[in-house]
Amino acid sequence: MNFDWIKKKLGEKTGKNLWRSLEEVAETPEFMSYLKEEFPNGSSQSESPEARRDFLKLMGASLLLAAMPGCSSPKEKIVPYVKMPEEIIPGKPLFYATGMPFNRHTTGLLVETHMGRPTKIEGNPEHIDSLGATSLFHQASVLGLYDPDRSKIVLKSGQAGNWKDFTNAVSARIKEWETNGGEGLRILTGTITSPTLGAQIRQVLTRFPKAKWHRYDPTHVDDARRAQKAAFGEYTDPVYDFSKANVILSLGSNFLINLPGSLRYAREFTQGRKAHENKGMNRLYAVEAEPTLTGAAADHVLRAKVSKMIAVAESLAQRVGVNNIQPTSNIKLSTEEQHWLDVAAKDLRSAAGKSLVIAGETMPPRIQALAYAMNDQLQNTGKTVRWIEPTEQDPTLHGPSLTELSVDMRDKKVTALFILGANPGYATPGDLPFTRLLESVPFVVHHGLHADETAAASHWHIPATHFLEHFSDGRASDGTTTMIQPLINPLYDGVSEHILISQLTPKIYKSSENAVKDYWKDKLGIDFDSGWRKALHDGFIGGSAFANKNLTAKSDWEAHDLNGTVSESEWEMTLRPDETVWDGQFANNGWLQELPKPFTKLTWDNAAMLSPESAQKLQVQNGDMIEIGNGLASIVVPVWIVPGQTSGNISLSLGYGRPQGGQIGKGIGFNAYKIQTLASPFWIPKVEIRKTGSVAKLASTQLHQSMEGRAQIRSASLDTFKKDPEFAAHMEHAMPKATLYGAHKGSDDYAWGMAINLNSCIGCNACVVACNSENNITIVGKNEVLNGREMHWVRIDHYYEGTPDNAESHQQPVMCMHCENAPCEPVCPVGATTHSDEGLNEMAYNRCIGTRYCANNCPYKVRRFNFLAYTDRDKHVEALKLMHNPDVTVRNRGIMEKCTFCVQRISQARITAKKESRLIHDGEVKTACQTACPTSAIAFGNLKDKDSEVSKWKALPLNYGLLNELNTQPRLTYLAKVKNPNPELLLAPESSTQPASGHH
Amino acid sequence: MANETKEEKIYDESILGADYTHGTVNDKITDIVLTRPIQKGWLIALAIALSGLLTLFISIFWLIKKGVGIWGNNNPVGWAFDIINFVWWVGIAHAGTFISAVLLLLKQKWRMSISRFSEAMTLFAVACAGIFPLIHVGRIDRAYWLFPLPNTMWLWPQFRSPLLWDVFAISTYATVSLLFWYTGLIPDLAAMRDRAKELWKKRIYGALAMGWRGSAHHWFRYETACLLLAGLAAPLVLSVHTVVSLDFAVSVIPGWHTTVFPPYFVAGAVFSGFAMVITLCVPIRKWFGIEDIITMKHLDNMAKVIIATGLIVAYGYLMEVFIAWYSGNQYERFMTLNRFAGPYCAFYWALILCNVIIPQLFWIKSVRQNLVWLWVISIVVNIGMWLERFVIIVISLHRDFMPSSWAMYFPKVWDITTFIGSLGLFFTLLILFIRVLPMISIFEVQTLIKPKANSPEPTASKHS
Repeated sequence: MNFDWIKKKLGEKTGKNLWRSLEEVAETPEFMSYLKEEFPNGSSQSESPEARRDFLKLMGASLLLAAMPGCSSPKEKIVPYVKMPEEIIPGKPLFYATGMPFNRHTTGLLVETHMGRPTKIEGNPEHIDSLGATSLFHQASVLGLYDPDRSKIVLKSGQAGNWKDFTNAVSARIKEWETNGGEGLRILTGTITSPTLGAQIRQVLTRFPKAKWHRYDPTHVDDARRAQKAAFGEYTDPVYDFSKANVILSLGSNFLINLPGSLRYAREFTQGRKAHENKGMNRLYAVEAEPTLTGAAADHVLRAKVSKMIAVAESLAQRVGVNNIQPTSNIKLSTEEQHWLDVAAKDLRSAAGKSLVIAGETMPPRIQALAYAMNDQLQNTGKTVRWIEPTEQDPTLHGPSLTELSVDMRDKKVTALFILGANPGYATPGDLPFTRLLESVPFVVHHGLHADETAAASHWHIPATHFLEHFSDGRASDGTTTMIQPLINPLYDGVSEHILISQLTPKIYKSSENAVKDYWKDKLGIDFDSGWRKALHDGFIGGSAFANKNLTAKSDWEAHDLNGTVSESEWEMTLRPDETVWDGQFANNGWLQELPKPFTKLTWDNAAMLSPESAQKLQVQNGDMIEIGNGLASIVVPVWIVPGQTSGNISLSLGYGRPQGGQIGKGIGFNAYKIQTLASPFWIPKVEIRKTGSVAKLASTQLHQSMEGRAQIRSASLDTFKKDPEFAAHMEHAMPKATLYGAHKGSDDYAWGMAINLNSCIGCNACVVACNSENNITIVGKNEVLNGREMHWVRIDHYYEGTPDNAESHQQPVMCMHCENAPCEPVCPVGATTHSDEGLNEMAYNRCIGTRYCANNCPYKVRRFNFLAYTDRDKHVEALKLMHNPDVTVRNRGIMEKCTFCVQRISQARITAKKESRLIHDGEVKTACQTACPTSAIAFGNLKDKDSEVSKWKALPLNYGLLNELNTQPRLTYLAKVKNPNPELLLAPESSTQPASGHH
Repeated sequence: MANETKEEKIYDESILGADYTHGTVNDKITDIVLTRPIQKGWLIALAIALSGLLTLFISIFWLIKKGVGIWGNNNPVGWAFDIINFVWWVGIAHAGTFISAVLLLLKQKWRMSISRFSEAMTLFAVACAGIFPLIHVGRIDRAYWLFPLPNTMWLWPQFRSPLLWDVFAISTYATVSLLFWYTGLIPDLAAMRDRAKELWKKRIYGALAMGWRGSAHHWFRYETACLLLAGLAAPLVLSVHTVVSLDFAVSVIPGWHTTVFPPYFVAGAVFSGFAMVITLCVPIRKWFGIEDIITMKHLDNMAKVIIATGLIVAYGYLMEVFIAWYSGNQYERFMTLNRFAGPYCAFYWALILCNVIIPQLFWIKSVRQNLVWLWVISIVVNIGMWLERFVIIVISLHRDFMPSSWAMYFPKVWDITTFIGSLGLFFTLLILFIRVLPMISIFEVQTLIKPKANSPEPTASKHS
């Protein structure tokens, strides 16, 4: 490429010189041919390729328009929107099925597109891992697509490069590898579930037999794999069925949140906890070192450091009746703990075949192997847990795989390294100087969405396409093949991993669609085209789930190295992927950064969680910095005191402190990878702690987590509920429904209302991000969160009940209650907030002058004010502009806003219903929070319709209104929480002097 | 005359020096404006006040440029310094109207020497107060929507909102106060016109005097107008701060939703207004040598009003606590405990000290007679009344019904500069006022002159 030529070309262009890459400017023949390849004329099988192509042209035109100073018409040829492409009706969204590969599985999604722009992610109701729901990561992925910091061009040693040069460089090496069998060629990926990509990599390995494929996923499950190898002799993946489990015991597993398939598990688990249906309730015992949302949903929690959890697991296995247990732990359990285990084991045994013991996948292998054995012993295997072929392509142990690569790099045996979809420059254990080792490799290629830490240390960085921009495939948690199809042409000059890796295979692809199609060519039956179309339409290939494997946990796993005597140390540490930025890959996602994390409600930071007792011991308060050392390295992090944390255990999340995290994620938080070790990545058995004396400012959105004796969250045990089904109503003073101004005259047809089942809500935060995405809610940044000005329309309130050391944790989503008697309405001097005849409390943004009186007078404090021009960035960054939901106004500075019950969705449904001369059916309008909810904890609908789901919920005895005593008559009510504690555990152990018997 | 004996009482040496004649009163007061040379001290005071005013301009400019977020207001605490300052200034404004209208109707002669001055103070304080509701809104360019302006969309303000009542109450109050003050000025403007030597001064004062010649007809109409305006203004003293208190009392927030607010706010307003009059009078009467026109008797009386209104305010504080306990309402109880011992408890106890305890010193005559004590206590009361509004607004909002939303409020630098700026505006107007207009009502003070045995009947006192 000739830079002078480029300069000249740029000089010729008018307007702001908006160009996407140097190749484009230069209009090199390579680029033109690439363009042709990327946008071929009429060769696609997808639903409406014309639409997407046209969109790109339009978008190109609008980008140009946006770049034109003044309003002269563009000189370039633009395409008028004269002929309406099939299916694209302005203002009408279209939905496409696709899937998001994340956390070792691919979840089926439906993506809402407006005029060819994906704007909102919904779950695919037919897909096993979604059932219509999504997690916060799926919801936030749309912002990931439009992230303005995504890498846009090929980088060669940090400078603008081009794809052609890159492919030339690769082909030059291929000749060499063809003669030496690929000596020194290495590929490093994360966990891959894509059968196509797996096959492509295997093709590389076949072509170059001496090449090696290494895996390192920062959230790998090596410990589970080790346990599986020991117990079953092979790698296998568990698939749980919580709908069949009446008694569940978790050993450090956060199965409601972070397993592949957690959305389904959360649904199944909470469906079994509907006290009012009189079907009996399941019961969850949780043993955990650090507080998890699963523990918060449990009926009984036993807090134990990981070292002690080994003793707990052994003791429990003995009580359950697993033979041949040779206790390795010398940690003694207290009488109370023994009693707890007695009761739990009795419960598990009495529910044999309908119980489940589930161990966390990052727990020491011994615990996990014991759990497998317990399930066998309890005859649960095959019922509540079954074993299938691993969904990961060619499963392996990631730690050793990375070690092998590192050793080879050190020994200069690696001559070329392709890093795909991984960021080892940041997300690898601190005892491995990966970036330094990388220097010894003469040819490093990094492929990723961002020019991140690894890209900076690579010779070539190839921008990746987002999963919404390319074809691919993946496996669901049960093995179901899930299809990924693009919703939009690549925004930048990215290529998919299929295209990139095909440079090493005999067949080079320029379109990922062809790569995926070729893989499935002979696997979709006789009529490939219709099979392919159906797979894309459905989002998955029906009936492709893996079959059960008949596996029995062997008891000779003692032979494997799962033992190693463990002793307790004063301070232990657990590490986990962060609740919002995960392993760090979402660090540049503002929605996720500003999402309050469970329990701490911290935003924009991670902090070491300590129990109140530990904090007292260390003489620290929230925000005090401590130095944590693992013997090799140390980090300085702030502490946050969390009741429910195990004393002596410190937990910290990974994913923060990224040196190259983009404008949003750069440098914020504290990098826990620095003290992670390859040997024991998620549990550090012994750490040293020192108080440093400095203090960090941390932005938490909820500093007060006591209910102050008020009845925001009403809960009771199953027994209490049976005695007094209306216990929730009895927790408030009834008020006469008087009003000064008279009741609103409502519509005869509709009265919108919502109910939230606190029994189902697990506090997963998916609704908060869904609301961000649906309602164009902006982020305000850490300083403004510190100022108390976050903008979320729905928040998850979190309260503790009980003593600090044995705190019960409650979650409560709170948004606008749409009060019949709304205190906000009469106080607005300009009448900007009014009551609709369908009972919605509406905000007329245009009319609002921002006195904030309504927010002051809102007892629920759900109104949010634009104190500063928060949406400026959203409105002026091209990529972010594309992201907005066109049905919702982007609010300006000085305006009040709040939850609208997704009034735009009601309007859409009303239009459809009116055209068909009928009323809106129940279930036709679903709010964004409702559709995202994995546990179906939210019901929304028409209260005038007595058969609607929400009407039925509100008729239940558990129904109560928040702050009912203020006579606000909220349209949003809650179903009180009913827990199912074991009566035997509510009593203290019969006598503390009597030694509890371990064996039955 | 039949009421000659009653009128005898007027000539009280304690409210006007004994050896004043009509001429000397006239000279003394007009000289301050007309002949007294501009002094260094006055210039320095003006410079300080103007720099305050400049601070206000800068603060408002920045506010308009960036938004309300430059202040410390946040999510539970939607109102803070903005509305605290508004209520504080409105309260201060009350003394002028109270002195000139209510005391006029009650025929309290001693008010005459301080009425003009305190009315001016009222106007300036209302001007300061009026800024805050306009600039505290998120979209200042749309603030005019608060007024019922006809428009093609038939959009009117919402008459249920106490903020709208505020708009009417404050604008009425400002209008009536201005009219009352100006009407009262007319005879004195004529005196200024007559005494001014330079032509341009004569012209300006002459135009402002609107052709006043002091005829009997003029005096008759003048006094009727004054009485009518006093009749209008007197209920405003009660209504304005009642309406301001309704901003809070109409809401549902514990600490705001209180029936005692209207009387307690009015008393508090008079309380702070008199304190501000003392704060200003003590130095001014000294600097301008008018200690025998604004005498110790005036200051003593004002101190007594402070005790009386202070006790009403104290009763209000007590009732809030009592009702919180007596109602059994857990939110009210918590609110009270949060004032007593919450994170802002220092503000509450400082308020009690400033407004309830320290003013009790005024029971002691020697304290009331001591200028230093008077001045210091009056300032303490003003601080106390500012704290009262802080307690009501910030402490109630920062912890209300939902513990999950509880938060702290910390003012930012722009909160403080805006407050200082409003003081700058107030003092700029005041300092200019005392140099361009007679700060004491000449003709009214003349009615207080003790008639000499052989002197002619004073012309201006026939109907009083």
